[in-house]
Amino acid sequence: MAEAKARELHRIERPLSPHLQIYSPLINMVMSIIHRITGAALYFGTVLLTWWLLAAAAGPEHFATASRFFGSLIGQTVLFGYTWALIHHALGGIRHLIWDTGRGFDLRSVDIMCWGTIIGSVTLTVALWAGIIALRGGL
Amino acid sequence: MAMRTPLKDVRRLGSAKEGTDHFWRQRVTSVAALLLLPFALWIVLALVGADYDVVRRTLGNPVVAVLVLLFILTSIMHMRIGMQVIIEDYVQAEGAKIALLMLNTFFSVLVGLAGAFAVLRLSFGVAI
Repeated sequence: MAEAKARELHRIERPLSPHLQIYSPLINMVMSIIHRITGAALYFGTVLLTWWLLAAAAGPEHFATASRFFGSLIGQTVLFGYTWALIHHALGGIRHLIWDTGRGFDLRSVDIMCWGTIIGSVTLTVALWAGIIALRGGL
Repeated sequence: MAMRTPLKDVRRLGSAKEGTDHFWRQRVTSVAALLLLPFALWIVLALVGADYDVVRRTLGNPVVAVLVLLFILTSIMHMRIGMQVIIEDYVQAEGAKIALLMLNTFFSVLVGLAGAFAVLRLSFGVAI
């Protein structure tokens, strides 16, 4: 403890390597950050999906409660966001699997794949929900 | 003249004694999740807002139940080791880190088992 304190007092001011706030955002860097954020969001979102499954298993009354939540504006917004996060994380995962093979590290490929991730995830999510709303017969 | 020593190379399974286990498990579970993803999206979005009887019968279908169970299994394994890396990256204090890593495992197993229990209860409770 005393040793750690002594080290703290005698810390030499060394140059630090630049961190996030120094760089202007590049698409691959933004996609990397979003990949992690969507991953964490999906992690906590599993609570909602598990609640829905448990409610279905518990019987009609419990299921009605869960359905009311998921049918509400908040519930639908959460589901929409969850769908996007899932698709985005999946597309980002495909990008990483391609990188794992050692391919696609030239800047052009990196940019194409990263823009493809965000454009693809937004397009697929909107198309999917347009389909769902159409099947439902409107909002 | 090379100034490097052989110490730059990882020997055998490395200091954590796990080799590429974590890396490989993340990849296997991600490929499994990708294969199951169209099905999982369809099942959730088709059933949210559907009548209770439809939901019960669909999730009670053995093929659907097994695929949902597989998706739960691969997702839980994937998210557990994913969150493990996030914790290891950002939590520096040793005590807090160990506590959070444990909580991560508890949370993942709890959510996974609860989901699997619900699916099994639905499918065992329904006559085909």
